[in-house]
Amino acid sequence: MNTLITITRREFASYFSTPLAFVFIIVFLLANGLATFYLGAYFAVGQADLTSFFMFHPWLYLFFLPAISMRLWAEERRNGSIELLLTLPVPLSAIVIGKYLAALAFSTLALMLTFPVWLTVNYLGEPDNGVILASYLGSIMLAGGYLAIGSCLSALTRNQVIAFVISVVACFLFTVSGAPLVLELFQSWAPQALVETLASFSLLTHFRAITTGVIDARDVMFFATLIGVFLTATVIVVDMKKGEGA
Amino acid sequence: MIEIDRLVKNFGDFTAVNDLSFAVERGQVMGFLGPNGAGKSTTMKMITGFLRPTSGTARIMGLDICETPLAAQRHLGYLPEGAPAWPDMTPRAFLDFIIRIRGLDKIAARTALGRAIDMTELHGVLDQPIDTLSKGFRRRVGLAQAIVHDPDVLIMDEPTDGLDPNQKFQVRRAIEEMSEHKAIVISTHILEEVDAICSQAMIIDRGEIVAEGTPSQLAARSRFHGAVTLTLDTHCKAQAGEALAALANTHIEVTTRGDETSLHIFADQGGLEPTALLAQVRACMSKHAIAPRALALETGRLDDVFGELTRKARPLAPRFEEAKR
Repeated sequence: MNTLITITRREFASYFSTPLAFVFIIVFLLANGLATFYLGAYFAVGQADLTSFFMFHPWLYLFFLPAISMRLWAEERRNGSIELLLTLPVPLSAIVIGKYLAALAFSTLALMLTFPVWLTVNYLGEPDNGVILASYLGSIMLAGGYLAIGSCLSALTRNQVIAFVISVVACFLFTVSGAPLVLELFQSWAPQALVETLASFSLLTHFRAITTGVIDARDVMFFATLIGVFLTATVIVVDMKKGEGA
Repeated sequence: MIEIDRLVKNFGDFTAVNDLSFAVERGQVMGFLGPNGAGKSTTMKMITGFLRPTSGTARIMGLDICETPLAAQRHLGYLPEGAPAWPDMTPRAFLDFIIRIRGLDKIAARTALGRAIDMTELHGVLDQPIDTLSKGFRRRVGLAQAIVHDPDVLIMDEPTDGLDPNQKFQVRRAIEEMSEHKAIVISTHILEEVDAICSQAMIIDRGEIVAEGTPSQLAARSRFHGAVTLTLDTHCKAQAGEALAALANTHIEVTTRGDETSLHIFADQGGLEPTALLAQVRACMSKHAIAPRALALETGRLDDVFGELTRKARPLAPRFEEAKR
């Protein structure tokens, strides 16, 4: 447990050792604002809720989170520090989880810095803050899902750009499988069961469910399982590479 | 303390390490020699648990690195090739992280940190990011990381590579200071280093041991072993050559560098003993009134042995990086 905290702390601190973290957060906040107020037409809608804020998160995360997760393993490999890390007397799972938690903490911090939106909506009207809280939790779970996928794919390569691109593609597939556009495409010919299965694999479906303000155990289970599967896969990939000598 | 038991590592069709076995005891410094791509780093990566052997294993303090990696790694200090670290960290933060990970308690941590910093003389750069440090300092940060928890076993991959002569001297001195209480393995392709700090040496080529023993035993395998080297002014070369031609059962090799010439006098099979040969050469010189600059009995040359053993004609082995793909 102590080693896990030590690893998470080091990783988390490493985000702030370069200006990159601040650039990332600022760009993320700007993109969030643009999406909410222009694409989401926040003011025009005239509702005291944050639907138009949260509805863009899956699509924003699609590009922002792989940018965080790409470096998790690829950078260690390129830098050679992976050799240092993997020869320390620490279980591999602690390293995988520690790195993941640091990435999640960083993205959660970025998300928390969107609090002015919440202040604004409370100033303008009387929103259901329970729904907003649930949505924030849902957003963190969503980020957790993307980062777990990204962690696994980052472990496959020493090239961060490749890690980024394949993570975006993988996250896109896991998102778009629940988008109405794609589902409609299937609905016309595929059996309902298949369409539902497809939708149930989508982070989008489960995220939308949570943003309605209902934290259903099934949705939480979905994210927990997804994260668990991809972190386990990360451990397996890193361990496999030990045999290959990369 | 370190037992290497029939280690094998294949990368696809390429055998990087082939059936390597050896042992290192406390107080010994094992020098691991070999040309680039001989399998030195690969072996070290397997000993430290970074690479999984194709077969065979290594035991650290009796603990199997494949079966009980964490327990074995606790006794290990490892300086990987190129001394990697996280470039954005300062040496202080970096060492602090290593100490925490290694689970040293507060008091032990403070003394450990102080000792490691003293030994590697990092005082002046503790709060500068590692990527702004010179190569020498970076290497020393890596060294500090490897020794901070006072491990029983120390594995160092080319600890002095890329250092200037003063820094090399410092690192060697640090290794010597520690060697009494530890089992140490270093890899190097600097032969003088083996003479300077290693109690044992091993030459490997294409993943196999081609020679092992103490540095002087290895050097004794050189063809120069037992030869007499006579150094004199170049203008005396012909005169000396004639004089020495009188010695029975010998042959001479001549190397000239500027105004200095060296004659290597080898006793042929069944010829004179080295000391007798030396006496004869000396007598011969005084008889002909030639004043040598230097006259010495060769104990053997490690570089010569190294070249002899590893430069044999061979099909080009794929480079390590290529083989990995």
